[in-house]
Amino acid sequence: MELRRTVKYESDRVKGFGREVMSVPGCEQLENCIQCGTCSGLCPLSIYMDHTPRQVMELTRSDFKDEVLQSTTIWLCASCYACTVECPKQIRITDIMYELKQRAIHEGFYPKRFPIPVLAQEFYKMSRKRGRVTENFLATILFLKTNILAAVGMWRLGLNLFIRGRFPLKLEGIKRKGELERMMAVVDKLSIDALNNGHQNGGEGGRNNGAH
Amino acid sequence: MKYSYFPGCSLKGTGRAYEESLLPVLKALGVELEELDDWNCCGATAYMAVDEVKACVMASRNLAIAEKAGHQELLAPCSACYLVLNKTKHYLHESPVVEAVVQKALRQGNLTYSGNTPVRHPLDVLVNNVGIDAIKKRVTRPLKGLKVAPYYGCQIVRPYATFDDQYNPMTMDRLLEAIGCTMVTYPLKTRCCGGSLTGTLPEPGLLCAYVLLKEAIARGAEVIATVCPLCQFNLDCYRDKMASKWGNETVPDPQNPAARVAVGPRLNMPVVFFTQLIGLAFGLSEKELGLNRGFTRMPKPPCAQPQPAAA
Repeated sequence: MELRRTVKYESDRVKGFGREVMSVPGCEQLENCIQCGTCSGLCPLSIYMDHTPRQVMELTRSDFKDEVLQSTTIWLCASCYACTVECPKQIRITDIMYELKQRAIHEGFYPKRFPIPVLAQEFYKMSRKRGRVTENFLATILFLKTNILAAVGMWRLGLNLFIRGRFPLKLEGIKRKGELERMMAVVDKLSIDALNNGHQNGGEGGRNNGAH
Repeated sequence: MKYSYFPGCSLKGTGRAYEESLLPVLKALGVELEELDDWNCCGATAYMAVDEVKACVMASRNLAIAEKAGHQELLAPCSACYLVLNKTKHYLHESPVVEAVVQKALRQGNLTYSGNTPVRHPLDVLVNNVGIDAIKKRVTRPLKGLKVAPYYGCQIVRPYATFDDQYNPMTMDRLLEAIGCTMVTYPLKTRCCGGSLTGTLPEPGLLCAYVLLKEAIARGAEVIATVCPLCQFNLDCYRDKMASKWGNETVPDPQNPAARVAVGPRLNMPVVFFTQLIGLAFGLSEKELGLNRGFTRMPKPPCAQPQPAAA
Protein backbone atom coordinates (compact mmCIF):
# COMPACT_ATOMS: atom_id res chain seq x y z
CA MET A 1 0.00 0.00 0.00
CA GLU A 2 1.45 3.31 -1.08
CA LEU A 3 0.80 6.12 1.34
CA ARG A 4 0.86 9.79 0.50
CA ARG A 5 0.67 12.76 2.74
CA THR A 6 -2.73 14.29 2.10
CA VAL A 7 -2.32 17.47 4.10
CA LYS A 8 -0.39 20.08 2.19
CA TYR A 9 2.58 21.89 3.68
CA GLU A 10 3.48 25.49 3.17
CA SER A 11 6.72 24.24 1.61
CA ASP A 12 4.76 22.57 -1.22
CA ARG A 13 3.78 25.95 -2.58
CA VAL A 14 5.57 27.50 -5.52
CA LYS A 15 5.02 31.10 -4.56
CA GLY A 16 3.84 33.31 -7.39
CA PHE A 17 2.37 30.47 -9.49
CA GLY A 18 -1.22 31.54 -8.86
CA ARG A 19 -0.43 35.18 -9.63
CA GLU A 20 1.29 34.17 -12.82
CA VAL A 21 -1.73 32.22 -14.05
CA MET A 22 -4.10 35.01 -13.02
CA SER A 23 -2.10 37.54 -15.00
CA VAL A 24 -2.83 35.75 -18.29
CA PRO A 25 -5.58 37.44 -20.31
CA GLY A 26 -8.86 35.66 -19.62
CA CYS A 27 -7.71 34.04 -16.37
CA GLU A 28 -7.95 37.13 -14.14
CA GLN A 29 -11.29 36.28 -12.55
CA LEU A 30 -9.85 33.26 -10.75
CA GLU A 31 -9.02 35.64 -7.96
CA ASN A 32 -12.74 35.85 -7.14
CA CYS A 33 -13.48 32.12 -6.83
CA ILE A 34 -15.86 31.44 -3.94
CA GLN A 35 -15.34 27.66 -4.03
CA CYS A 36 -19.03 26.99 -4.56
CA GLY A 37 -18.40 23.81 -6.58
CA THR A 38 -20.82 24.62 -9.41
CA CYS A 39 -18.07 23.73 -11.88
CA SER A 40 -17.44 20.32 -10.32
CA GLY A 41 -21.13 19.49 -10.23
CA LEU A 42 -21.66 20.38 -13.88
CA CYS A 43 -18.54 18.81 -15.32
CA PRO A 44 -19.43 15.61 -17.21
CA LEU A 45 -15.89 14.33 -16.61
CA SER A 46 -15.32 15.18 -12.97
CA ILE A 47 -16.24 11.60 -12.02
CA TYR A 48 -12.88 10.56 -13.46
CA MET A 49 -10.75 13.37 -12.06
CA ASP A 50 -8.30 13.12 -9.15
CA HIS A 51 -9.05 16.74 -8.19
CA THR A 52 -12.40 18.24 -9.07
CA PRO A 53 -12.36 21.50 -11.06
CA ARG A 54 -13.21 23.39 -7.86
CA GLN A 55 -10.14 21.96 -6.16
CA VAL A 56 -7.93 22.78 -9.13
CA MET A 57 -9.14 26.39 -8.97
CA GLU A 58 -8.13 26.72 -5.32
CA LEU A 59 -4.88 24.77 -5.69
CA THR A 60 -3.89 27.06 -8.56
CA ARG A 61 -4.78 30.24 -6.74
CA SER A 62 -2.89 29.00 -3.67
CA ASP A 63 0.32 28.22 -5.60
CA PHE A 64 0.28 24.41 -5.42
CA LYS A 65 1.87 24.21 -8.83
CA ASP A 66 3.13 20.63 -8.83
CA GLU A 67 -0.15 19.24 -7.59
CA VAL A 68 -2.11 21.10 -10.26
CA LEU A 69 0.17 20.35 -13.18
CA GLN A 70 0.32 16.65 -12.25
CA SER A 71 -3.43 16.32 -11.88
CA THR A 72 -5.54 14.28 -14.30
CA THR A 73 -8.12 17.08 -14.25
CA ILE A 74 -6.45 19.37 -16.75
CA TRP A 75 -6.26 16.58 -19.35
CA LEU A 76 -9.78 15.30 -18.81
CA CYS A 77 -11.28 18.70 -19.58
CA ALA A 78 -12.89 18.25 -23.00
CA SER A 79 -13.59 22.02 -23.23
CA CYS A 80 -17.38 21.84 -23.34
CA TYR A 81 -17.54 25.16 -21.43
CA ALA A 82 -20.41 24.02 -19.18
CA CYS A 83 -18.54 25.29 -16.10
CA THR A 84 -17.51 28.56 -17.72
CA VAL A 85 -21.02 29.68 -18.58
CA GLU A 86 -22.41 28.77 -15.16
CA CYS A 87 -19.69 30.13 -12.90
CA PRO A 88 -21.36 32.74 -10.66
CA LYS A 89 -18.10 34.70 -10.57
CA GLN A 90 -17.53 34.66 -14.33
CA ILE A 91 -14.33 32.65 -14.05
CA ARG A 92 -13.36 31.21 -17.41
CA ILE A 93 -12.55 27.80 -16.03
CA THR A 94 -12.07 26.20 -19.46
CA ASP A 95 -9.52 28.86 -20.42
CA ILE A 96 -7.68 28.35 -17.14
CA MET A 97 -7.54 24.62 -17.92
CA TYR A 98 -5.93 25.49 -21.27
CA GLU A 99 -3.41 27.71 -19.55
CA LEU A 100 -2.57 24.89 -17.13
CA LYS A 101 -2.25 22.38 -19.99
CA GLN A 102 0.19 24.70 -21.74
CA ARG A 103 2.31 25.00 -18.63
CA ALA A 104 2.25 21.24 -18.04
CA ILE A 105 3.32 20.58 -21.64
CA HIS A 106 6.10 23.15 -21.67
CA GLU A 107 7.48 22.06 -18.35
CA GLY A 108 7.15 18.36 -19.06
CA PHE A 109 4.68 17.60 -16.26
CA TYR A 110 3.04 14.52 -17.72
CA PRO A 111 3.75 10.80 -17.92
CA LYS A 112 5.63 9.64 -20.99
CA ARG A 113 3.31 8.30 -23.72
CA PHE A 114 0.30 9.94 -22.10
CA PRO A 115 -1.85 10.43 -25.20
CA ILE A 116 -3.47 13.83 -24.66
CA PRO A 117 -0.37 16.05 -24.59
CA VAL A 118 1.11 13.93 -27.38
CA LEU A 119 -2.02 14.57 -29.46
CA ALA A 120 -1.87 18.29 -28.75
CA GLN A 121 1.75 18.48 -29.85
CA GLU A 122 1.34 16.32 -32.93
CA PHE A 123 -1.70 18.38 -33.90
CA TYR A 124 0.38 21.49 -33.45
CA LYS A 125 3.21 20.13 -35.58
CA MET A 126 1.01 18.91 -38.41
CA SER A 127 -1.13 22.01 -38.66
CA ARG A 128 1.89 24.30 -38.53
CA LYS A 129 3.86 22.34 -41.11
CA ARG A 130 1.06 21.58 -43.56
CA GLY A 131 -1.49 24.25 -42.67
CA ARG A 132 -4.19 21.62 -42.35
CA VAL A 133 -4.78 18.48 -40.38
CA THR A 134 -5.68 15.12 -41.88
CA GLU A 135 -7.36 13.43 -38.96
CA ASN A 136 -6.69 9.80 -39.78
CA PHE A 137 -2.97 10.46 -40.25
CA LEU A 138 -2.89 12.35 -36.98
CA ALA A 139 -4.66 9.52 -35.16
CA THR A 140 -2.22 6.99 -36.63
CA ILE A 141 0.79 9.01 -35.48
CA LEU A 142 -0.78 9.34 -32.05
CA PHE A 143 -1.25 5.59 -31.65
CA LEU A 144 2.24 4.79 -32.92
CA LYS A 145 3.72 7.20 -30.41
CA THR A 146 1.65 6.21 -27.42
CA ASN A 147 0.21 2.74 -27.70
CA ILE A 148 1.00 0.52 -30.66
CA LEU A 149 -1.23 -2.23 -29.31
CA ALA A 150 -4.19 0.13 -29.31
CA ALA A 151 -3.39 0.98 -32.94
CA VAL A 152 -3.71 -2.69 -33.80
CA GLY A 153 -7.08 -2.72 -32.05
CA MET A 154 -8.23 0.19 -34.21
CA TRP A 155 -7.89 -1.60 -37.56
CA ARG A 156 -11.61 -2.25 -37.75
CA LEU A 157 -12.52 1.38 -37.23
CA GLY A 158 -9.96 2.36 -39.89
CA LEU A 159 -11.35 -0.17 -42.34
CA ASN A 160 -14.93 0.92 -41.69
CA LEU A 161 -13.97 4.52 -42.32
CA PHE A 162 -12.01 3.57 -45.42
CA ILE A 163 -14.86 1.73 -47.12
CA ARG A 164 -17.09 4.73 -46.49
CA GLY A 165 -14.61 7.14 -48.03
CA ARG A 166 -13.85 8.77 -44.68
CA PHE A 167 -10.21 7.70 -44.50
CA PRO A 168 -8.28 9.84 -47.00
CA LEU A 169 -4.98 8.42 -48.21
CA LYS A 170 -3.53 11.81 -49.07
CA LEU A 171 -2.31 14.45 -46.63
CA GLU A 172 -4.12 17.77 -46.90
CA GLY A 173 -2.11 20.97 -47.03
CA ILE A 174 -2.33 24.64 -47.94
CA LYS A 175 -0.62 26.25 -50.93
CA ARG A 176 1.15 29.10 -49.16
CA LYS A 177 2.92 27.13 -46.45
CA GLY A 178 5.78 29.60 -46.39
CA GLU A 179 3.45 32.46 -45.61
CA LEU A 180 2.01 30.64 -42.61
CA GLU A 181 5.47 29.66 -41.40
CA ARG A 182 6.66 33.28 -41.53
CA MET A 183 3.65 34.28 -39.42
CA MET A 184 4.31 31.61 -36.83
CA ALA A 185 7.99 32.51 -36.71
CA VAL A 186 7.02 35.97 -35.48
CA VAL A 187 5.46 34.39 -32.41
CA ASP A 188 8.38 32.01 -31.89
CA LYS A 189 10.53 35.01 -31.08
CA LEU A 190 8.25 36.22 -28.34
CA SER A 191 7.55 35.12 -24.86
CA ILE A 192 4.01 36.02 -23.99
CA ASP A 193 4.79 35.77 -20.30
CA ALA A 194 7.18 38.64 -20.92
CA LEU A 195 4.53 40.54 -22.85
CA ASN A 196 2.11 40.32 -19.97
CA ASN A 197 2.98 43.11 -17.54
CA GLY A 198 6.64 42.31 -17.71
CA HIS A 199 5.75 39.15 -15.86
CA GLN A 200 7.99 36.29 -16.80
CA ASN A 201 9.89 33.22 -15.91
CA GLY A 202 12.33 31.59 -18.26
CA GLY A 203 12.24 34.48 -20.68
CA GLU A 204 12.56 33.99 -24.40
CA GLY A 205 11.32 30.70 -25.71
CA GLY A 206 10.07 29.73 -22.29
CA ARG A 207 6.69 28.90 -23.72
CA ASN A 208 7.89 27.27 -26.86
CA ASN A 209 10.19 24.56 -25.65
CA GLY A 210 7.75 21.72 -25.77
CA ALA A 211 6.44 22.65 -29.14
CA HIS A 212 9.28 21.69 -31.38
CA MET B 1 -26.84 35.93 -50.20
CA LYS B 2 -23.15 35.20 -50.52
CA TYR B 3 -20.79 33.94 -47.85
CA SER B 4 -17.17 33.01 -47.53
CA TYR B 5 -17.07 29.35 -46.66
CA PHE B 6 -14.63 27.89 -44.16
CA PRO B 7 -14.94 24.09 -44.36
CA GLY B 8 -12.28 23.16 -41.81
CA CYS B 9 -10.25 19.95 -41.84
CA SER B 10 -12.97 17.54 -40.75
CA LEU B 11 -15.34 18.43 -43.56
CA LYS B 12 -12.65 17.32 -46.00
CA GLY B 13 -11.98 14.08 -44.11
CA THR B 14 -14.04 12.04 -41.69
CA GLY B 15 -16.92 14.52 -41.77
CA ARG B 16 -17.10 14.98 -45.53
CA ALA B 17 -20.78 13.99 -45.57
CA TYR B 18 -21.45 17.29 -43.79
CA GLU B 19 -19.97 19.25 -46.69
CA GLU B 20 -21.58 16.97 -49.24
CA SER B 21 -25.02 17.69 -47.78
CA LEU B 22 -24.50 21.33 -46.80
CA LEU B 23 -23.49 22.54 -50.26
CA PRO B 24 -26.50 21.28 -52.26
CA VAL B 25 -28.95 22.32 -49.53
CA LEU B 26 -27.65 25.89 -49.47
CA LYS B 27 -27.51 25.97 -53.25
CA ALA B 28 -31.15 24.88 -53.45
CA LEU B 29 -32.01 27.79 -51.17
CA GLY B 30 -30.11 30.32 -53.23
CA VAL B 31 -27.25 30.79 -50.78
CA GLU B 32 -23.97 31.24 -52.60
CA LEU B 33 -20.73 30.08 -51.05
CA GLU B 34 -17.17 30.79 -52.01
CA GLU B 35 -14.58 28.57 -50.36
CA LEU B 36 -12.02 30.69 -48.54
CA ASP B 37 -8.82 30.93 -50.57
CA ASP B 38 -6.03 28.77 -49.13
CA TRP B 39 -7.73 28.51 -45.72
CA ASN B 40 -5.73 26.83 -42.97
CA CYS B 41 -6.65 24.73 -39.95
CA CYS B 42 -8.56 26.85 -37.42
CA GLY B 43 -6.15 25.64 -34.73
CA ALA B 44 -8.90 23.71 -33.02
CA THR B 45 -8.84 23.21 -29.31
CA ALA B 46 -5.71 21.05 -29.30
CA TYR B 47 -3.68 24.02 -30.42
CA MET B 48 -4.72 26.11 -27.46
CA ALA B 49 -3.24 23.49 -25.19
CA VAL B 50 0.16 24.20 -26.74
CA ASP B 51 0.21 27.91 -27.40
CA GLU B 52 -2.73 30.26 -27.29
CA VAL B 53 -1.09 33.09 -29.21
CA LYS B 54 -0.04 30.83 -32.05
CA ALA B 55 -3.55 29.42 -32.09
CA CYS B 56 -4.79 32.99 -32.51
CA VAL B 57 -2.43 33.57 -35.43
CA MET B 58 -3.68 30.41 -37.15
CA ALA B 59 -7.30 31.46 -36.76
CA SER B 60 -6.64 35.11 -37.63
CA ARG B 61 -5.05 34.22 -40.95
CA ASN B 62 -8.45 32.84 -41.99
CA LEU B 63 -10.33 35.86 -40.69
CA ALA B 64 -7.95 38.18 -42.51
CA ILE B 65 -8.23 36.26 -45.79
CA ALA B 66 -12.03 36.46 -45.48
CA GLU B 67 -11.78 40.23 -45.05
CA LYS B 68 -9.60 40.47 -48.11
CA ALA B 69 -12.10 38.40 -50.13
CA GLY B 70 -14.63 41.10 -49.42
CA HIS B 71 -17.65 39.01 -48.58
CA GLN B 72 -19.26 40.17 -45.45
CA GLU B 73 -19.56 36.98 -43.48
CA LEU B 74 -17.71 33.74 -42.90
CA LEU B 75 -19.66 30.50 -42.67
CA ALA B 76 -18.12 27.88 -40.35
CA PRO B 77 -20.13 24.64 -40.15
CA CYS B 78 -17.83 22.74 -37.75
CA SER B 79 -18.56 23.60 -34.13
CA ALA B 80 -14.89 23.65 -33.15
CA CYS B 81 -13.98 25.98 -36.04
CA TYR B 82 -16.97 28.14 -35.23
CA LEU B 83 -15.91 28.44 -31.61
CA VAL B 84 -12.21 28.95 -32.28
CA LEU B 85 -12.79 31.68 -34.86
CA ASN B 86 -15.24 33.48 -32.59
CA LYS B 87 -13.04 32.99 -29.56
CA THR B 88 -10.09 34.48 -31.40
CA LYS B 89 -12.16 37.54 -32.24
CA HIS B 90 -13.06 37.99 -28.58
CA TYR B 91 -9.51 37.40 -27.44
CA LEU B 92 -8.03 39.92 -29.87
CA HIS B 93 -10.67 42.43 -28.92
CA GLU B 94 -9.94 42.04 -25.21
CA SER B 95 -6.17 41.85 -25.31
CA PRO B 96 -4.33 44.61 -27.17
CA VAL B 97 -1.04 42.85 -26.42
CA VAL B 98 -2.09 39.70 -28.23
CA GLU B 99 -3.66 41.70 -31.02
CA ALA B 100 -0.41 43.55 -31.62
CA VAL B 101 1.48 40.27 -31.95
CA VAL B 102 -1.14 38.86 -34.30
CA GLN B 103 -1.10 41.96 -36.52
CA LYS B 104 2.66 41.78 -36.69
CA ALA B 105 2.45 38.15 -37.75
CA LEU B 106 -0.26 38.83 -40.33
CA ARG B 107 1.86 41.48 -41.98
CA GLN B 108 4.19 38.68 -43.04
CA GLY B 109 1.44 37.58 -45.40
CA ASN B 110 0.36 41.10 -46.39
CA LEU B 111 -2.78 40.61 -44.35
CA THR B 112 -4.50 42.72 -41.76
CA TYR B 113 -7.24 42.02 -39.33
CA SER B 114 -9.93 44.56 -38.49
CA GLY B 115 -12.26 42.35 -36.47
CA ASN B 116 -15.23 43.06 -38.70
CA THR B 117 -15.91 39.64 -40.17
CA PRO B 118 -18.89 37.97 -38.53
CA VAL B 119 -18.45 34.21 -38.12
CA ARG B 120 -21.74 32.42 -38.68
CA HIS B 121 -23.01 28.88 -38.29
CA PRO B 122 -25.24 27.32 -40.99
CA LEU B 123 -28.04 26.80 -38.42
CA ASP B 124 -28.00 30.52 -37.77
CA VAL B 125 -28.00 31.43 -41.47
CA LEU B 126 -30.75 28.95 -42.33
CA VAL B 127 -33.09 30.11 -39.59
CA ASN B 128 -32.31 33.82 -39.48
CA ASN B 129 -31.37 34.72 -43.06
CA VAL B 130 -32.95 32.12 -45.31
CA GLY B 131 -35.97 31.68 -43.03
CA ILE B 132 -38.13 28.73 -42.09
CA ASP B 133 -40.82 29.65 -44.62
CA ALA B 134 -38.44 29.61 -47.56
CA ILE B 135 -37.19 26.21 -46.42
CA LYS B 136 -40.72 24.84 -46.07
CA LYS B 137 -41.51 25.93 -49.62
CA ARG B 138 -38.62 23.91 -50.97
CA VAL B 139 -39.70 20.63 -49.30
CA THR B 140 -40.84 17.99 -51.80
CA ARG B 141 -40.61 14.90 -49.63
CA PRO B 142 -41.49 15.72 -46.04
CA LEU B 143 -39.92 13.33 -43.51
CA LYS B 144 -43.31 12.73 -41.95
CA GLY B 145 -43.21 11.17 -38.55
CA LEU B 146 -39.46 10.56 -38.42
CA LYS B 147 -38.58 10.81 -34.73
CA VAL B 148 -35.41 12.81 -34.33
CA ALA B 149 -33.28 13.62 -31.29
CA PRO B 150 -31.71 17.05 -31.94
CA TYR B 151 -28.15 17.05 -30.64
CA TYR B 152 -26.46 20.47 -30.67
CA GLY B 153 -23.35 19.62 -28.67
CA CYS B 154 -21.44 22.21 -26.75
CA GLN B 155 -19.40 24.61 -28.78
CA ILE B 156 -22.01 26.40 -30.85
CA VAL B 157 -23.92 27.50 -27.76
CA ARG B 158 -21.10 27.77 -25.25
CA PRO B 159 -19.47 29.98 -24.18
CA TYR B 160 -20.86 32.39 -26.80
CA ALA B 161 -24.58 31.91 -27.32
CA THR B 162 -24.85 34.22 -30.29
CA PHE B 163 -27.88 32.95 -32.18
CA ASP B 164 -29.63 30.46 -29.94
CA ASP B 165 -30.46 29.80 -26.33
CA GLN B 166 -27.63 28.41 -24.25
CA TYR B 167 -29.77 26.05 -22.21
CA ASN B 168 -32.45 24.96 -24.62
CA PRO B 169 -31.40 25.79 -28.17
CA MET B 170 -34.29 25.45 -30.63
CA THR B 171 -33.02 26.46 -34.09
CA MET B 172 -32.45 22.87 -35.24
CA ASP B 173 -35.75 21.77 -33.68
CA ARG B 174 -37.59 24.41 -35.69
CA LEU B 175 -35.76 23.59 -38.92
CA LEU B 176 -36.38 19.87 -38.70
CA GLU B 177 -40.00 20.31 -37.68
CA ALA B 178 -40.45 22.46 -40.77
CA ILE B 179 -39.39 19.54 -42.97
CA GLY B 180 -41.83 17.17 -41.26
CA CYS B 181 -39.76 15.52 -38.52
CA THR B 182 -41.14 14.88 -35.06
CA MET B 183 -38.69 16.10 -32.44
CA VAL B 184 -38.38 13.98 -29.31
CA THR B 185 -37.74 15.70 -26.00
CA TYR B 186 -33.97 15.51 -25.64
CA PRO B 187 -32.69 17.18 -22.48
CA LEU B 188 -29.07 16.25 -23.22
CA LYS B 189 -29.03 18.31 -26.40
CA THR B 190 -26.05 20.40 -25.29
CA ARG B 191 -24.15 17.85 -23.21
CA CYS B 192 -20.52 17.09 -24.11
CA CYS B 193 -19.90 14.20 -26.57
CA GLY B 194 -16.45 13.57 -25.11
CA GLY B 195 -14.60 15.53 -27.77
CA SER B 196 -11.22 14.09 -28.61
CA LEU B 197 -11.18 12.00 -25.43
CA THR B 198 -12.80 9.12 -27.33
CA GLY B 199 -9.46 8.72 -29.10
CA THR B 200 -7.13 9.52 -26.23
CA LEU B 201 -8.82 8.22 -23.09
CA PRO B 202 -11.56 5.88 -24.33
CA GLU B 203 -12.95 5.02 -20.91
CA PRO B 204 -14.33 8.47 -20.04
CA GLY B 205 -14.64 9.57 -23.68
CA LEU B 206 -16.86 6.71 -24.80
CA LEU B 207 -19.02 7.06 -21.71
CA CYS B 208 -19.83 10.67 -22.65
CA ALA B 209 -20.86 9.61 -26.15
CA TYR B 210 -22.76 6.52 -24.97
CA VAL B 211 -24.89 8.48 -22.50
CA LEU B 212 -26.19 10.55 -25.42
CA LEU B 213 -27.17 7.50 -27.47
CA LYS B 214 -28.77 5.82 -24.47
CA GLU B 215 -30.90 8.88 -23.78
CA ALA B 216 -31.99 9.07 -27.42
CA ILE B 217 -33.08 5.42 -27.23
CA ALA B 218 -35.03 6.04 -24.02
CA ARG B 219 -36.77 8.98 -25.68
CA GLY B 220 -37.88 6.89 -28.62
CA ALA B 221 -35.73 8.59 -31.26
CA GLU B 222 -35.12 6.81 -34.57
CA VAL B 223 -32.35 9.15 -35.69
CA ILE B 224 -29.93 11.55 -34.01
CA ALA B 225 -29.29 14.80 -35.87
CA THR B 226 -25.94 16.53 -35.25
CA VAL B 227 -24.35 19.83 -36.26
CA CYS B 228 -20.68 18.99 -35.70
CA PRO B 229 -18.29 16.53 -37.38
CA LEU B 230 -16.72 15.44 -34.10
CA CYS B 231 -20.08 14.83 -32.39
CA GLN B 232 -21.20 12.86 -35.43
CA PHE B 233 -17.99 10.81 -35.38
CA ASN B 234 -18.16 10.05 -31.68
CA LEU B 235 -21.80 8.96 -31.80
CA ASP B 236 -21.49 7.09 -35.09
CA CYS B 237 -18.18 5.27 -35.18
CA TYR B 238 -17.56 3.65 -31.81
CA ARG B 239 -20.78 1.72 -31.42
CA ASP B 240 -19.20 -1.72 -31.59
CA LYS B 241 -17.11 -0.75 -28.55
CA MET B 242 -20.13 0.67 -26.74
CA ALA B 243 -22.19 -2.44 -27.46
CA SER B 244 -19.58 -4.72 -25.95
CA LYS B 245 -19.32 -2.50 -22.89
CA TRP B 246 -22.89 -1.45 -22.22
CA GLY B 247 -25.04 -3.44 -24.65
CA ASN B 248 -26.75 -5.28 -21.81
CA GLU B 249 -28.02 -2.15 -20.11
CA THR B 250 -31.72 -1.38 -20.26
CA VAL B 251 -33.74 1.83 -20.53
CA PRO B 252 -37.46 2.48 -20.00
CA ASP B 253 -39.39 1.44 -23.09
CA PRO B 254 -40.47 4.64 -24.84
CA GLN B 255 -43.67 2.95 -25.98
CA ASN B 256 -44.54 1.42 -22.63
CA PRO B 257 -43.22 3.18 -19.53
CA ALA B 258 -43.86 0.13 -17.37
CA ALA B 259 -41.41 -2.02 -19.34
CA ARG B 260 -37.71 -1.81 -20.07
CA VAL B 261 -35.84 -2.53 -23.27
CA ALA B 262 -32.23 -3.53 -23.90
CA VAL B 263 -29.93 -0.83 -25.23
CA GLY B 264 -27.82 -3.18 -27.39
CA PRO B 265 -30.14 -3.83 -30.34
CA ARG B 266 -31.14 -0.16 -30.61
CA LEU B 267 -27.70 1.31 -30.32
CA ASN B 268 -27.25 1.33 -34.07
CA MET B 269 -29.64 4.13 -34.94
CA PRO B 270 -28.52 6.44 -37.77
CA VAL B 271 -26.50 9.47 -36.62
CA VAL B 272 -26.70 12.10 -39.36
CA PHE B 273 -25.97 15.75 -40.02
CA PHE B 274 -29.02 17.99 -39.91
CA THR B 275 -28.22 19.07 -43.45
CA GLN B 276 -28.61 15.48 -44.63
CA LEU B 277 -32.18 15.40 -43.31
CA ILE B 278 -32.99 18.72 -44.97
CA GLY B 279 -31.50 17.42 -48.23
CA LEU B 280 -33.67 14.30 -48.09
CA ALA B 281 -36.74 16.46 -47.59
CA PHE B 282 -35.68 18.52 -50.60
CA GLY B 283 -35.76 15.34 -52.68
CA LEU B 284 -31.99 14.97 -53.06
CA SER B 285 -30.60 11.45 -53.31
CA GLU B 286 -28.92 9.59 -50.47
CA LYS B 287 -25.69 9.43 -52.39
CA GLU B 288 -25.60 13.16 -53.15
CA LEU B 289 -26.01 13.78 -49.44
CA GLY B 290 -23.27 11.42 -48.33
CA LEU B 291 -25.73 9.22 -46.46
CA ASN B 292 -23.74 6.18 -47.54
CA ARG B 293 -20.92 7.33 -45.24
CA GLY B 294 -22.66 6.73 -41.94
CA PHE B 295 -21.97 3.50 -40.03
CA THR B 296 -25.74 2.90 -39.96
CA ARG B 297 -27.72 3.61 -43.11
CA MET B 298 -30.84 5.74 -42.99
CA PRO B 299 -34.05 3.86 -43.71
CA LYS B 300 -35.15 4.45 -47.29
CA PRO B 301 -37.07 7.70 -47.82
CA PRO B 302 -39.84 8.56 -47.34
CA CYS B 303 -38.19 7.62 -44.10
CA ALA B 304 -40.46 6.49 -41.39
CA GLN B 305 -44.11 6.40 -42.04
CA PRO B 306 -46.10 6.77 -38.81
CA GLN B 307 -45.83 3.28 -37.40
CA PRO B 308 -47.99 1.37 -34.99
CA ALA B 309 -46.20 0.71 -31.73
CA ALA B 310 -44.05 -2.17 -32.88
CA ALA B 311 -40.70 -3.36 -31.57
